[in-house]
Amino acid sequence: MRRILAILLENEPGSLSRIVGLFSQRAFNIESLTVAPTDDQSLSRITITTSGDDRVLEQIIKQVNKLIDVIKVTDLTERSHVERELLLVKLLAMNDKSRTEVKRITDIFRGAIIDIGKQVYTVQITGDADKLDAFISAVANETEIVEVVRSGTVGIARGEKALRV
Amino acid sequence: MTTELYTGAEMVVKALAALKVKYIFGYPGGSVLDIYDAIFNQDEVEHILVRHEQAATHMADGYTRATGEVGVVLATSGPGATNCVTGIATAYMDSIPMVVLAGQVATSLIGDDAFQETDIVGCSRPIVKHSFSCRKLEDIPNIISKAFYLANSGRPGPVVVELPKDMLIPQNKGEFHIDTEIKLRSYNPSVKGHPKQIKKAVKTIKSAERLVVYTGGGIVLADASEQLTELVERLNAPCTNTLMGLGGISGVHPNFIGMLGMHGSLEANKAMANADVILALGARFDDRVTNNVSKFCPNATIIHVDIDPTSISKTINAHIPIVGLVDTVIEQLMAELDDSDYQQNEQALESWWQQIEGWRSQKSISYKADGDKIKPQQVIESMYEITKGEAYVCSDVGQHQMFAAQYYPFAKPRQWINSGGLGTMGFGLPAAMGVKVAFPDSHVICVTGDGSIQMNIQELSTCLQYNLPVVIVSLNNRSLGMVRQWQDMIYGGRHSSSYMESLPDFIKLAESYGHVGIQINHVSELEEKMTEAFSIRNRLVFVDVLVDETEHVYPMQVRHGAVDDMWIRKGERA
Repeated sequence: MRRILAILLENEPGSLSRIVGLFSQRAFNIESLTVAPTDDQSLSRITITTSGDDRVLEQIIKQVNKLIDVIKVTDLTERSHVERELLLVKLLAMNDKSRTEVKRITDIFRGAIIDIGKQVYTVQITGDADKLDAFISAVANETEIVEVVRSGTVGIARGEKALRV
Repeated sequence: MTTELYTGAEMVVKALAALKVKYIFGYPGGSVLDIYDAIFNQDEVEHILVRHEQAATHMADGYTRATGEVGVVLATSGPGATNCVTGIATAYMDSIPMVVLAGQVATSLIGDDAFQETDIVGCSRPIVKHSFSCRKLEDIPNIISKAFYLANSGRPGPVVVELPKDMLIPQNKGEFHIDTEIKLRSYNPSVKGHPKQIKKAVKTIKSAERLVVYTGGGIVLADASEQLTELVERLNAPCTNTLMGLGGISGVHPNFIGMLGMHGSLEANKAMANADVILALGARFDDRVTNNVSKFCPNATIIHVDIDPTSISKTINAHIPIVGLVDTVIEQLMAELDDSDYQQNEQALESWWQQIEGWRSQKSISYKADGDKIKPQQVIESMYEITKGEAYVCSDVGQHQMFAAQYYPFAKPRQWINSGGLGTMGFGLPAAMGVKVAFPDSHVICVTGDGSIQMNIQELSTCLQYNLPVVIVSLNNRSLGMVRQWQDMIYGGRHSSSYMESLPDFIKLAESYGHVGIQINHVSELEEKMTEAFSIRNRLVFVDVLVDETEHVYPMQVRHGAVDDMWIRKGERA
């Protein structure tokens, strides 16, 4: 089962490598990982998308918690939450038909064309991972995909619940 | 008034002294020469020069296992630091507190593949509790203080501190400030068990008809042996120890039913398999205990007490998990037993003990003596008798380790020192040396074999320099006994690379290092020569005992079987 973990940890050199190392060392799966400092510059927040049964997930959370740099870990998928991912995709747009189709599909997915070249459009889409997948397969039917970059999922709990020190 | 300024190197030594460190085990090299100079100029901390950095880690480790004080290792950058890796991993697997100070090239050179540069923080990352890399010299004292705090609190473990050369040189000085009380917002290990869980555990214990107390290295690390003994006596329960937990309860206590696991006693493994409640204290259901996890004690309710939440339900699901310090939790359990008017179910207890005595009477820990060839078990028994069971026994890894665990009952914790988790050959001699540093007047034995001893034999030189008269008892079977045993049992007797050809003359070797060597070849001379070896107190004695090379360690769990699926003797299955 797919899970999204939010981790708050000390913004120290080497903290990220401890997290990544732990996942590979213990054969845990990482589907995506994002990291950046928070409003408090001494803290980083990592969002990891992983998968596993309840038992594996329990071990992952315990093992991450055990790292000295880690302050808090939570499984966002346990309760209601919002998740987003950013997709930037470069598409061939060489003729009117493909340009119109790309524009139309981008509008349907509430994305934006953020750059154009002689033969390419670059499109930005945000949403959950499913929506991004759907955009890619829709647009792939109309034109050729030149390059894809995805930010990996970030997430936050709904309502008052907050992950803070 | 002007404040005094110190170099980083001076700060390192001053911080160690402030933390009451008596010994550093290490080996000098380019990046740490400033620290060595600072050591030279003081007399609070003594440095012990080993012959290989791996031995420094094991020596610090042995010192710690015997005393409970954090061991300190000092090594230079690059090869010095990487030579520590096996010792760090050994300490990590057995939860031994250790602080390893590793040199590093100057910060301006890091990343340039400079001479003797290795990313030791990266190399050691999976095998440390935590690590620090120093980037400001004023941070040195508190980084070291934090390293000690982390190493020795919660579930203990090794901590690496990387010290770049430019942090240490005489040109850079700063003020010295150290906090000996450390608080970290991201680290608060539990102490007490959750009261609700304690209540639940006691309720389960009260309803038990066939309870087993299964304890591990956690009891030894937490110095909880008194509490454990009291609890076991209170419940009149059978108690089994893991390899790491031996001595947690006295090996001659009537409630002690032996070690469990791969080479454990029949009664211990049978009791586990037949228990309705297992109280696991500071043990981690290692694969050398459980055998096949899918067949492990399916009918038992498991209460698991451990300081480390990751140990709980990692391999075996715990029905009642309790996170906390094991000594505190045992006290909580006893208080709850008092409060809840605990009454023993005498009838159930009696029939449970009857069953256990039945298994015990099969004498699974026994061997057949031979009139001519010396049996390795005999040597351990002789060692036990001569030292009256009071020696520190430091073991290497292999058959001799199992024989020592089986035939030398340990009356007290910290008396039995071995690499249980990692199984590091070469651990025994340096570990024994570390113990001897701490307890110069006690008998300290290194039980080893012709394979293991050669993995750190260069330390015989360190023993002479620092006058560390340990007794080395080598069960010499001219082969890698445990490998050979598996080849006999599983690989059709094909002894691929398990035969030690061209062994040195260990007696001459010991003598060339300035020690005493004693050769024992026949059963008839065993007792006399062993007695002689232990009567020499001021010189290291190397006892080379030629033992029966065909002897196997029994009992032994059948591969992939249940916990109590065992070969008791050759061809005899329980």
